[in-house]
Amino acid sequence: MTYAAGIDVGSTQTKGVILDERRAIVGRALIDTGANVTRAAERCFAEALRAAAIGREGIAYVVGTGYGRYKVSFGDAQITEISCHARGANFLFPRTRTVIDMGGQDAKGISVGEHGEVRDFVMNDKCAAGTGRFLANAAEAVGLSLDDIGELSLKAKNPVRLTTVCTVFVESDIMSYLAQGKRIEDILGGVHSAIAARTISLVRRVGIEPEVTFTGGVSRNVGMVRALEEKLGMKLNVSPESHFVGALGAALLAWERATKGVSSSDPGVSGQPRPAGPWGPA
Amino acid sequence: MAEPATKTSYQGRMHLMQKEIMGRYFDRLTRAAEHGEGNAVYMLISGNPVELVLAFDMIPVYPEINALQLAVKKASLPFIQKAEEMGYSMDNCAYVKADVGLLFGGRKTPFATIPLPSLILCNYVGCNVYLQWFEHLAEYAGGNLYNLDIPFMRNPSDKPLAADLAYVVRQLEEVIEICERITRKKLDYARLKRIVSLSGETGERWAKIKALTKNIPSPFDAYFDSVTMMAPLYCLRGTEEGLRFFDAVYNEMEEKARLGKGPLPAERFRFVIEGPPPWPYLRTFRDLFSKWGAVAVASTYSTVGGLWEFGFKHDSKRPLESIAEHMLQWNLTNRNFLQRYEQIRRYVEDWAADALVIHSVKSCRLFSAGQGDMREHFTKDLGIPTLLIESDIEDPRYFSEAQMKNRVDAFFESLEHKKILHGTGAGGRA
Repeated sequence: MTYAAGIDVGSTQTKGVILDERRAIVGRALIDTGANVTRAAERCFAEALRAAAIGREGIAYVVGTGYGRYKVSFGDAQITEISCHARGANFLFPRTRTVIDMGGQDAKGISVGEHGEVRDFVMNDKCAAGTGRFLANAAEAVGLSLDDIGELSLKAKNPVRLTTVCTVFVESDIMSYLAQGKRIEDILGGVHSAIAARTISLVRRVGIEPEVTFTGGVSRNVGMVRALEEKLGMKLNVSPESHFVGALGAALLAWERATKGVSSSDPGVSGQPRPAGPWGPA
Repeated sequence: MAEPATKTSYQGRMHLMQKEIMGRYFDRLTRAAEHGEGNAVYMLISGNPVELVLAFDMIPVYPEINALQLAVKKASLPFIQKAEEMGYSMDNCAYVKADVGLLFGGRKTPFATIPLPSLILCNYVGCNVYLQWFEHLAEYAGGNLYNLDIPFMRNPSDKPLAADLAYVVRQLEEVIEICERITRKKLDYARLKRIVSLSGETGERWAKIKALTKNIPSPFDAYFDSVTMMAPLYCLRGTEEGLRFFDAVYNEMEEKARLGKGPLPAERFRFVIEGPPPWPYLRTFRDLFSKWGAVAVASTYSTVGGLWEFGFKHDSKRPLESIAEHMLQWNLTNRNFLQRYEQIRRYVEDWAADALVIHSVKSCRLFSAGQGDMREHFTKDLGIPTLLIESDIEDPRYFSEAQMKNRVDAFFESLEHKKILHGTGAGGRA
């Protein structure tokens, strides 16, 4: 049996997914990226292989994605996480037309076509508002772990109105609310609401068309899911694999290359002999 | 992964010739600065009236060109920081800061020593920051200051009002009087006509060169290679030397077009680009596109100083009027947004482009404002894939290579995917 792998080297965490010939996930791994990006990619790949109980030689094709994609030195090709999230979301929820991806330092809106192709995309620009980093800073300011704040935010009765969505200044904003004796739940409710509003205004630039699939690390936060759903007035698709959608998309693209060679649904395949280029030797 | 086979090369007769003639121009600036030879006139690129300055044998000096040259040579940051120490804001235009820093930092650059001005001729008032820049220069450096008030193209007919034209011509006459005072020479009207005639021919050649990029493949990159031609266009337009340069460029590029040669081994995408380049990272920025086989076939930036490809030609029979028309109507920055949209639409259609790329710059809020709407207009109203990216023209602190690369890569991935779905294959026209 041959397998395909996708390694998504994000700013905060590195995710790996291994697919078998039937495109079933047989191994996954999640590690902190840390300072050594190449090592992180290698470690993540090794862990995913271990989880799948297969050897390196069983992998026919590896696609690297995420900010550190060019550091996936063992990868056969590099594809941006924008294409990979679109593909992964399309696989999990075929009627996806919009992807909201919130990662460690990125927030993205992707308009997706019926074949999983990227029609348009927007990203936050040089500002971490609306990203995991913002939530991490807010969690730290209230002395909680990132995993707990989403749940707690659901208990907000009178969410505060944050005066800033700046990832740096949010801490002083929160300190001032704590000093006023505001409940932590209400502060967190305000935090999630502010970020949801900011993200939606970003994603509206590509147009929000149902179905909307929420991906990336922040999609595990139930408070953010609800805040986005309330503001959008619609249910979001959130998969248990949502954290791995970038790696899954990369693995799907790797799978297509491994099993079919040139495929009309592969954004990285031109259908012609390709000069050695951005995709690496195909 | 393999090293991309699409690294670009700037070599070619055109680039070498430009280096030579601009080297002579910069030497002239140094002689003026160090030995007091000649009178320097500071001007802005937008619709510059270089013909008038040349008619008095004065030396055109463009602080914008000096600033961008500093950035290209990765020497801008210390000057920017010097201006910030003086109190200029982080958000202020970095061309202004680099230039002010340079003025106080001794006016010595790796390419020339910049002379002090005899005349500070603010020939573009569409940008209030520029207006104040030149006022600051007048205060710091001395010299006569004249603000040439050019009415913005606000008329839906796309043509300047007769009153606007008369208003600008009257001001040009005042500039002539000032130049006569400074040089102690009367204007030689026959000479001005000769210069305007040379400008007309130069503009015509430039338009012909630009039409060559309609060829597939395009013989040169209409952004990254066109910037090589812009300095001669503004500093040497109206001279025999300038005209010879554009003749030579035309011949070189026409031959390349005939032989089917382009700047890259294979042209896979054709794009139109709006906005000035990130000068401190010009090569890095170019390679982001080159690795995709993407070639710019038209750029709005190359029309900041003048728009010649849609029929305008300086007319030596009406020298002042045609200089005024150039300043009013025939340069990008004095045109309104609907005209800018129309210019880009024509580029996309007539130059058979696959996409539009907008490079928005932090320094120039005036020019960048509205580019979000522009992206919407081209994406949603016209269905032209459009990428909006942001950095700066001058300040290296605003360029984030990883972010830029991610956006550019994702954009071309999606274009490639689109072509496959439409059955045209990458590199074919959609």
